[in-house]
Formats: sequence, structure tokens, C-alpha cells
Amino acid sequence: MIREAALGLSFATLTLLAVTAFAAEEPSTAAPLSGQLTITGASTIAPLASEIGKRLEETNPDLRIDVQTGGSARGVADVRAGLAAIGLVSRNLKDDETDLTAFTIARDGVGIILNTDNPVSVLTDEQIVDIYLGKIANWKDVGGKDAPITVVNKAEGRSTLDLFTNYFKLKNSDIKASVVIGDNQQGIKTVAGNHNAIGYVSIGTAEFESEQGTPIKLLPLKGVAASVENVRNGTFSLARPLNLVVKAAPEGTVKSFIDFAQSKDVRDLVKEQFFVPLQ
Amino acid sequence: MVKTLSPNVRDRRLLWTLSLSAATAAGLLLLILIFLAKEAWPVLSTVGVTSFVMDSSWHPLEGTFGLTPMLAASVAMSALAILIAAPLGVALALFCRFYAMGPVARLFRWAVVLLAGIPSVVLGLWGLTTLVPLINDLRAPGTSLLAGSVVLALMILPTIALTTEAALTSVSQSYWTGASALGLSREAIILAVALPTARNSIAAGVLLASARALGETMAVLMVSGNVVQLPSSLFDPVRTLTANIALEMAYATGTHRASLFVSGLALTLLVLALAAAARRSGGQVVHA
Repeated sequence: MIREAALGLSFATLTLLAVTAFAAEEPSTAAPLSGQLTITGASTIAPLASEIGKRLEETNPDLRIDVQTGGSARGVADVRAGLAAIGLVSRNLKDDETDLTAFTIARDGVGIILNTDNPVSVLTDEQIVDIYLGKIANWKDVGGKDAPITVVNKAEGRSTLDLFTNYFKLKNSDIKASVVIGDNQQGIKTVAGNHNAIGYVSIGTAEFESEQGTPIKLLPLKGVAASVENVRNGTFSLARPLNLVVKAAPEGTVKSFIDFAQSKDVRDLVKEQFFVPLQ
Repeated sequence: MVKTLSPNVRDRRLLWTLSLSAATAAGLLLLILIFLAKEAWPVLSTVGVTSFVMDSSWHPLEGTFGLTPMLAASVAMSALAILIAAPLGVALALFCRFYAMGPVARLFRWAVVLLAGIPSVVLGLWGLTTLVPLINDLRAPGTSLLAGSVVLALMILPTIALTTEAALTSVSQSYWTGASALGLSREAIILAVALPTARNSIAAGVLLASARALGETMAVLMVSGNVVQLPSSLFDPVRTLTANIALEMAYATGTHRASLFVSGLALTLLVLALAAAARRSGGQVVHA
């Protein structure tokens, strides 16, 4: 469904680009994009949005795209307050956010990671919950070595933490963490350096690092392998959409940006950020 | 102020330039304090200072704001780092000043300066990949108060060594000559004459170093585990005030953001108190 919509939209984009390109040669009918576009929100999406913005600026020299971070919450608040034309929201819109419209530009999956030295290769959702609640504190209780589990959790406010706690129906204050980390890289380094650690990070990043030889492995969830492919096709459940959010029906520069961000032209940029393109 | 009989124009111009620069420096500090207080005010006025002191946990999104565990962790980690670095630093300075031959002393001094130049993030990376796994073998999870203290100690060791050596150098040569004439041994002169004379300056250097330790963020964030709790052993993971800000600021909004500014305000006040103590301890602070 989403794919079809995206396909339709990208087709629309191509048409639009063709029209714009055509029109650019005849300045009297339609000028290239100009003015300033402010985009704020989730720091997960900000680097991608910024790269997309740069590429759009290349073909539209009079356009200025300003991307600022501050979390999904800020994206929603700024769009509502009119401080930003587009908000970056790294989750589905909530029930009290129906006044906004979301356009998905990519997906991001969160995977549970262990050190490759850990013999455990499967954990059920219940076991993961019990580990994070401190009810299971030794790997031997889930078929591993006799060693204490180092629970790696994310700092409060991170959207990965949000996704993780929502999926497992956990409250952050109930989690018994041994280490609290900031970004994905720190999580990967912590698990790579500790044989008995369990953590969760963005799948794109983890898959890349693991291919580069970092000693971490991704655990399957509900029998589905944690891979970029399964995030794209929607079978991996611990995943989230990366959305561009607007208040009114997009038009002008805003519409052009959204169309461009959903087009095939930026697919390489999405992959560079270890996200999963929709097409 | 020095009174001159015929104040000339250039002198007056210099006076104005200097006072303007001094006022700017002082004004900047004041502005930063005002900014911190202003950003922290929304949550201080609604939640109240007592929550920040009394709440047992830190979950600003769930309405608990206890800063005490992090304040304790900051102080404990810096104190431990000083405990490790001060004896080493002072010993190093004594060795370089009084015992080492020229080239050896130069080599040591060079090493210390080099150590001072290592960026904190590099020390943090070293801590995370080398020190933490070592500690993890002793007691899981490895990221701990101890790891943080050791990394901090490495970071402040050069400050202590260099300020101490400068302080020892400024001890008048005549004391040394006099003590030698009285027949005191080298060891007796160092312990009974040189060190007591330089005591205040050394203390000021140590206090400066502890201010740096309190303010250090990146390396501490990487190796100390960042779990908000009162440390009960060296092996407990802890979160310092600085790490708290760095970890959460990028994603914080509203009350959460304001409460991080409270943690910044608390830290600034702590460091100001230390600086005041360093001034009171009297010795002219030698900047190395």
C-alpha cells in the first residue's frame, strides 16, 4: 500500500521535475525553487534531510534549506507553531496528532545485538523483557555461559529508546541498566568490547558494522532475521518509519522537497545513512 | 591604582582598553550564569529545588528529577581522580626538579606535555576498548566509577605535575643554599623546606585540576556507564552531571530540557565554589 503510494508519488516527482526542468529554460512561466525552507525534528532523520536538502539546492541555487535537530517532539511542535515548514518525526503519528500529515521517506529498524563470543543466538520477546527488567541476570538462564548480563540501555529522550520501550511495553524507569549510552556507535563499541553485553541499535548501522568485522551479531525477533531487507518489506516488527510531517496539504517548495525526498534520486543518500529505502 | 603625576593620553587609552576587556570577561561569565538560570527557571519554579535534591531517581519524562546521585558521582569521581593523580603528579615534579639529570628531566617533561595534549575523546576511546574490558574481568560490567576516575586521573596528571614543578621552581634558591649550609640532606630539604614553601601553590594547582575533572565530559561519558545511582562500590556504573547533559540534551524538550539546565547550573556553582576555594588557599596560581 505504502509502496504503491510511494511509487505513484515518485512518478509524480519525475513528471514534476521534468516540468520544472522544462520550465527553467523558459523563465517567464515558472522559476526554479527559491526562498528558505526550515525543517526541524528528529536527529535520526536530520542528517538525511540535510543531505537531501543539499542535493535539491544544487539544482535550485536560490533555495536555502535549513535543517535543525531537537527530536521528533520538536518537529511536531515546530510544525504546529509554524516555526518549521516540515517536521522530522521518527515514529508513526500519535492519536492526538491527526492534525498533521506524514510522508514516509524511509524506514529504520532497531535490532538487538550481542557480542559474537556469546553462544546465545535466539531470545524470545519475554526473555528480552525479563533481561531488561533484571529478572534474568545471568546468561546461563537463557542457554548461555555462566556470566552476568550487562544490560545496555539508551539515554532518556532517544527515539531508539522510545521504539524499544513501546514495542516491549516497558517503562524506562523499570529498566535495570548496567550501562546507559548515547548514540548507536557508542552502543556498538560497548557490546563489541564486552562479551556479556546485550544492547539495541539501528539495524542499518549494526549490519554495516558487523560486515566490517566488528564482533557483534544481530538477534532475530519472533523468528524473523534482523536485516535491512526485512525492515524494508515490513516483516521485522521492531522498526519505525522516518516521516516528513506537515500541517496543511503541501504545496510549492514544501511539496517539491517532499516529492524529491521520496524519489529514487535520493536512494543512495538513504542508504548512506544506513536507513532502508522504501522502493 | 598607581597615581602618576602627569597622566598622559596613551596611558589613559590603555586603561580604558584594559578595563573594557576585563569587564567583557567578567560580563561573559555573568551572562552565562544568567542564561543558565533563565533556561532552568521554568522547571525550578514549577517543580521546585527540593525535587532536584530529594527525588531518588532521574526520569524527567516521568516527573522525577533527583540530581543528588549525579552530584555525588561527579564529586566522588573527581576526588578519586585527584587521589590517584596528585601523588603521582607531585612525585613526578619532584623527580624532574631535584633528581633527574638534564636530558632525562626533559624527556619526562616532554612526555607530560604530550599527555596533556591527548584529546579527551581519545583517552575515552582507550578507556572503553582497553580499560573497561580489563575491569570487566574483575567485576561486570566494567564501565564504572573506577574506569572514569582512572581516565580522569590521566587527564589531570599533567596539570598537577606542571603546576607543582613551576611552584617548586619558584622556591627561592637562597632557601636551598641556606638549608645546604646547615648540613641538611637533599631529602630533608625537599620534605622540610621546598614542599612546605610551595604548599599553597601546589594546592591551588590541585584545585584547578579538580575543576577540570568535574567539567570533563566526553571521556567520562564513554567509560563510566551512565547509570543514575549513588555509587556503593568502585565497580558501580555512575552518571556524572556533565555526562547527563551530553547524553540527553540533543533529544530533550520542554521540562526535560530545562531540568538539564538545572544540572548545568549545579555543576557551574560547584566549580565556582572550587575556584573560590583555590583563591582562598592563597598561593599564586601558576598556569602551566
